[in-house]
Amino acid sequence: MSSSTGASLADELPDPDGRPPLRGDGAGTGRRGDRLFAGAATGSGLIVIAMVVLVGLFLLFQAIPAIGEDKVNFLTSRQWQVSARKFGIVQMLWTTVATSVVALVIAVPFAVAIALFLTQYAPKWLSGAAASLIDLLAAVPSIVYGLWGYFIVAPKFEHVQSWISDVFGWIPLFDRVGGVGGGTTIFLAGIVLSIMVLPIVTALTREVFNQAPMAHREAALALGATKWEMIRTAVLPFGKTGIISATMLGLGRALGETVAVLYILSSLPEGSKWTWSLFNGGDTFASKIANSASEFTPGLGTGAYVAAGLVLFVLTFLVNALARVVIERKKAFTE
Amino acid sequence: MSIDTKEIAPAPTGDLGGLAQGRSGLRTLKNSIAGVVIWGAFLIALIPLGWILWTVLSRGLSPMLDATWWQKDQSGVGAPGFDHNVRGARHAIVGTLMIALGTSVIAIPIAVMTAIYLVEYGRGGAARAISFMVDILSGVPSIVAGLFIYAIWVTFFGWQLNGFGSSLALVLLMVPVVCRSTEEMLKLVPNELREASYALGVPKWKTIVKVVLPTSFSGIVTGSLLGFARVAGETAPLLILAQYSQFLNQNLFSGNIAALPTLINTNLPNMAGDPVSADRVWGAACTLILLVLVINLIGRLIGHFTKVKG
Amino acid sequence: MAGPTDFIVWKAVLLKITRIGRASGLAVAAALALSACGSASNDDSSNTANNSGAAASSSGGSGSSADTSCFSGSLSAEGSTAQQNAITQAISSYQAKCNGAKITYNGTGSGAGITKFIAKQVDFAGSDSALNPDKGEPAKAKTACKSDALDIPMVTGPIAVSYNVKGVGKLNLTPQLIAKIFSGKIKTWNDPAIKAANKGVDLPGTKISVFFRSDSSGTTDNFTNYMNTVDPANWPDKHDKTWKGSVGQGKAKTAGVASAVKATDGGIGYVEWGYAIQNKLDMASVDGVKLTADSAGKAVEAAKVVGKGKDLSLKIDYKTKAEGAYPIVLVTYEVVCSKYSDATKAKNVKAFLSYMASSEFQKQLTGVGAAPLPAPIQSKVVESINSIS
Repeated sequence: MSSSTGASLADELPDPDGRPPLRGDGAGTGRRGDRLFAGAATGSGLIVIAMVVLVGLFLLFQAIPAIGEDKVNFLTSRQWQVSARKFGIVQMLWTTVATSVVALVIAVPFAVAIALFLTQYAPKWLSGAAASLIDLLAAVPSIVYGLWGYFIVAPKFEHVQSWISDVFGWIPLFDRVGGVGGGTTIFLAGIVLSIMVLPIVTALTREVFNQAPMAHREAALALGATKWEMIRTAVLPFGKTGIISATMLGLGRALGETVAVLYILSSLPEGSKWTWSLFNGGDTFASKIANSASEFTPGLGTGAYVAAGLVLFVLTFLVNALARVVIERKKAFTE
Repeated sequence: MSIDTKEIAPAPTGDLGGLAQGRSGLRTLKNSIAGVVIWGAFLIALIPLGWILWTVLSRGLSPMLDATWWQKDQSGVGAPGFDHNVRGARHAIVGTLMIALGTSVIAIPIAVMTAIYLVEYGRGGAARAISFMVDILSGVPSIVAGLFIYAIWVTFFGWQLNGFGSSLALVLLMVPVVCRSTEEMLKLVPNELREASYALGVPKWKTIVKVVLPTSFSGIVTGSLLGFARVAGETAPLLILAQYSQFLNQNLFSGNIAALPTLINTNLPNMAGDPVSADRVWGAACTLILLVLVINLIGRLIGHFTKVKG
Repeated sequence: MAGPTDFIVWKAVLLKITRIGRASGLAVAAALALSACGSASNDDSSNTANNSGAAASSSGGSGSSADTSCFSGSLSAEGSTAQQNAITQAISSYQAKCNGAKITYNGTGSGAGITKFIAKQVDFAGSDSALNPDKGEPAKAKTACKSDALDIPMVTGPIAVSYNVKGVGKLNLTPQLIAKIFSGKIKTWNDPAIKAANKGVDLPGTKISVFFRSDSSGTTDNFTNYMNTVDPANWPDKHDKTWKGSVGQGKAKTAGVASAVKATDGGIGYVEWGYAIQNKLDMASVDGVKLTADSAGKAVEAAKVVGKGKDLSLKIDYKTKAEGAYPIVLVTYEVVCSKYSDATKAKNVKAFLSYMASSEFQKQLTGVGAAPLPAPIQSKVVESINSIS
């Protein structure tokens, strides 16, 4: 980080009391102050751009040599043996996407329902407190989710899982997997992730529902709609894009979550059979990197993990960009 | 807004009897089911919350309530079985706060100035690019931030790791949080205030510093504290960057420094069989939650009580 | 919570008994040692309180703290988790004698330790294997130190084959059985082959769940090396820090494997002895030899020094025919510079490692699940440490 820019920034920072950092009189100082201040603001913006670009470039430059040395196809192989120069990301990609999608499939309906509860159903006295309770879930650090998920939930969850396998085992997603016991599966990781992203998705959805035009809602009710019909006709359609972008942002969060997944999910042995089942173990990009962090040596070994990090970065980048596009579209539509 | 709806909602059923009769049983049923489902969703969401808090409190509260927990570090810690004392977490609490503070000192100015740029100065492509980058930054996985700083700090410069390295990685995570909330606050400042100031001949920067920022000050503080809370609870970069130490270290720029997550990590291998290690793990988890909650709460209270200003 | 409390009491009693047995009345010496070294620091109270157990047992050996040279200042080390408990205990007892010494050890893994050592982030590294010439580690370490780096064996940690089968408190496995179980060729606990090795034990038909380390680990390296050496037919893969098997589930770090075995009926995994003890896991005998400090020590005695000069890399003979030797042992090294550019650093490293190598401390090792160094190797270790400058 360029420290010189940082220092000049600090000088320019306004005092909280509102005392201007530079004194002087007249428009002259004002104009120079203007220039300095605008420069500092623009500089900060540039730092932000620089951060993202640097992260991206760094990942790219470390990753490319490693991918070049790769003896298997980086994008289509399941093998990940760094010492043998075999880096294929398919297993990690599947695990990452599967855990995140499970998380969102569970979290979004809940988040929408809770957002409706907070904005439309909860009595006034409850609404604020209830919102804070949901926000509380976001204040629990991920390492605590990991401890809780692994030591407390997983052993109990095993029975639930084996019951689902008994009943729905004919669907490949719920197939019983012999190798992985103790409930430490993609499915459980997804559930814990869903709890972790719930407050984010709820908060964003709530925001949108709050903005649903009063006139539409009143009109629906005046036409004799029940409360649910009013929500379906006046609130949900209005919030649709908001829900989509909130989902995307939640997805971005779930994709990159590290420590909770690391604690909960069982890894698979190198030669294990491929299965679509959610009751399988695996590694996500983030958990694999974190788990191997202790073995980073400069060179190709690290490069392979950095390449995995790059894929994760690109994945979250795309998801976030998509959310952004959805929001922009909506803005253009409403303005 | 929502309150109004609730007052209006029952009106048709009560006053317009005819219309109410017009509702088929099916519609009423659907309405009731929707109500039950929505209430249910909220109540179900409270289950994991209660469960987590119960888990952590029931296991972590007792070591935390001991005064030594706050006064002592883990100095002189022995191997499990030899060691029957939980001792304190002061080193980790201080370390966590210092690392987060170091992060804030760098991240808040950048974030606030960026937000000012976006709201007050930014036009066209440049502003859209920066705004986009802030979004991207908010999506950078924390482990990637850690990797990035490790590569710069150790691989490239060959510097000794210290607390400040961790702070830098967390800057990447804190900037977007603070920037977004500040941006929201600045947008809320009515344009009339700015125009009035300009009309009096006050230069733009003075307008921002003397009018816009004070008006949105509480919101910025709230956002900053929320960002602080987020980075204080962050673990993944610390796994790569922070060198745990059992001693209290009050220098962010030199030597190993402990943090609550790394205290947990250090005691994890023994916790299944050693109650003392388990106490340390759950005590640290409990302290971490408490810390994050208290900071969150302070942020919200400041936001709540100073709102009047705007 | 009755279990853990019982455990504390039991452990305390056990420690007391061993202590009394070892050296009578030496608590006095311990108290003297404490008061001699530790009056300056503000952490006195905590030290006196917590080390009453540790220090007393530490002075149980020779009973003299006179030959422990103290330093004040800080040392930082990182590496193998296999020796974390041992080195934690060493730091604790050393600190009890020398209050000004602030030594930190991060158990992040052997690879991390060596990486950080090469990157000059730590003063010495703990590693489960000697510096590997295939990876150019000795050369890199030499660049970092500006002198040759030395591998000094310090803690020999047996690897326990831990299992959890309801109702089976005693289990015997042969090397072939171990390889077959971990390669997935034997799938249930009542397999005839297991029964044949355990006459008179009632084995249930529970499915075998294999757990392995998902992170790259020296323990995996040593364990797969063992299987590959004793039964290449059933375990054809060369030793590697990452697990190459095709069955089982991976768990992060020792913590993950130990807690998974503990929680799973039918589970089996390999963990360092110390953690198996801490987590109260059942441990299998190998060819009828139970895992004890003695039986592991015998395997280490059979090891050969292959390092050159003051470097003491060892080669373990997994096929050792020595009577009553438990063959799956892992030697963890301290990787140090032979010449530190900072003379005080050298003095500090020497002081602390000398204490670790002393019989006084080595005797404590059994309590943390490690075997003391055999006498002939120990004397070489002391010699090596003394050569550090």
